[in-house]
Amino acid sequence: MSEDPREKIIICRCNDVTLKDIEDIIDQGITDIEEIKRLTRVGMGPCQGRTCIPLVAGIIARKTGKKIEEIKIPITRIPVRPVPLGVLVGEDEDEE
Amino acid sequence: MRIKEHPVIDFSKKKGRKVTIYFEGKPIEAYEGEPIAEALHAAGIRVLNYTPRGRPRGLFCAIGKCSSCLMKVNGVPNVRTCITLVEDGMRVERQRGLEPLPQDYHPPKWKDATKTEGDVIIIGGGPAGMMAAISAADHGAEVILIDEQPMLGGQLVKQTHKFFGKRQQFAGVRGTKIAEILKEEIEKRRIKVFSRTSAVGLFQDGDKKMVSAVRNNKELLEFYGKAVVVATGALEKMIPFENNDLPGVYGAGAIQTLMNTYGIMPGKRVLIVGAGNVGVILAYQLIQAGVKVVAIIEAMPKIGGYFVHAAKVRRLGVPILTRHTILRAEGRDKVERAIVAKIDENWKPIPGTEKVYNVDIVALAVGLRPSIELLHQVGAQTTYVRELGGYVVRHDDMMQTTVKDIFVAGDSSGIEEATTAMLEGKIAGLAAALRVGKADLRAVNEVKKAHEELMEFRSGPFGARILEGLEKVMIK
Repeated sequence: MSEDPREKIIICRCNDVTLKDIEDIIDQGITDIEEIKRLTRVGMGPCQGRTCIPLVAGIIARKTGKKIEEIKIPITRIPVRPVPLGVLVGEDEDEE
Repeated sequence: MRIKEHPVIDFSKKKGRKVTIYFEGKPIEAYEGEPIAEALHAAGIRVLNYTPRGRPRGLFCAIGKCSSCLMKVNGVPNVRTCITLVEDGMRVERQRGLEPLPQDYHPPKWKDATKTEGDVIIIGGGPAGMMAAISAADHGAEVILIDEQPMLGGQLVKQTHKFFGKRQQFAGVRGTKIAEILKEEIEKRRIKVFSRTSAVGLFQDGDKKMVSAVRNNKELLEFYGKAVVVATGALEKMIPFENNDLPGVYGAGAIQTLMNTYGIMPGKRVLIVGAGNVGVILAYQLIQAGVKVVAIIEAMPKIGGYFVHAAKVRRLGVPILTRHTILRAEGRDKVERAIVAKIDENWKPIPGTEKVYNVDIVALAVGLRPSIELLHQVGAQTTYVRELGGYVVRHDDMMQTTVKDIFVAGDSSGIEEATTAMLEGKIAGLAAALRVGKADLRAVNEVKKAHEELMEFRSGPFGARILEGLEKVMIK
């Protein structure tokens, strides 16, 4: 079995999602970026899509013939940078 | 390896106190003031973590944006080591996939975030943000300046070349020097500067704006103001090719950070992908640092960068191959070779034209995109504009976004140059000062002057493309 070179093309560095992963999903008929995000976890890693989302939008545009301008990027949520949980929470004095 | 001699920068003066950090238990020499990933690179360590599928990962952006450098630091996983400074005795370990969270960790006692109030909050301490801060403060606004990096200056801190322009401010001055000048100007004014502070959320709080931020990865801060200027710069673009994640495939900016800011040799032999201004300037800077540049490849039929820069690197013997693309990087755990090929009119590689370059670094200078996440998060309208680097936020001629009293400036409003970033920063800073009721008619005149200077700078062939792009984002 020969290896598909697309498996070595990384689109999402955080969650190890390859070009093949994305194209396979589009081939199944799923072309909505939000759905692709939920299925593959692109854009859901620590960088929150900063590297991969434009690449994913480009692949969708190429495979579907849509203009990249027509593809809306997924919403950005807080926090926009990785934050250690210990910064956001604290122990309550009463709970000891 | 560290750079011993450099024609432009004297690193011996910049180096901090020598300290020791422990990488997987092994002592590594480091210097105070440098980040962990950069110190490891100097010691020859390229692999910083392994992904869930077991692929090795190294640095990519080196400015805290891409999260490729996550490591376990003093037992805590997911630390952005490219912007976390070394401390004596620090324990650093490679992360493997998703690390379990520490079990014995007790959060500190709950306390409210430290609150700071001002008129104008500026996010980003690069050329646009610093200029915005100076301009707003000059008109009496209480200014808060937040920046994620260990030092102010944004990407100016690694620009060792002299800027040009016509009768522009700072023409003939090196970027590093401009950063110093602006920093001194900020220190002269009553501007509250928060370094190593990442803004993580932007909110409307009644009539006010609230910026939630984390300092030093430890402390939660809250900033309240009447207007916000977002000048968060840009991110490096990535392109798809085989093993594009192999350690040694670095963004051009990461290489500049290593060698021009911290005096660390990025590698021995480099292939540059992209012959725009960033690519050709990077080639020259690499040669200055004593690194061999084997070639610059460019997918377009023409060199994108300024002719003078391209001519200079060609004179130094670096071939620039247009209509070429990278097919793959190869190597075990790090780049050892790069395979490139010629492409036809349909951008397809032509079989039989492959070339193999033995390199340890592939530098990606394939463009930048605006860093708009905070603006997108707060609800500013975005649109895709190729000429400005991709997804951008819409703004008016005072740099105000579709969210009232939230302004944008510099690369985060569209990829351009440091000179235009400073002018846009000035406009945004003045506009914010006017909006909070601190500035008077003089500020309006200054805005007018800055607009004229912008138009003058954009009158060249590069500017025509920018103006076309701006036409698509402008709110009229």
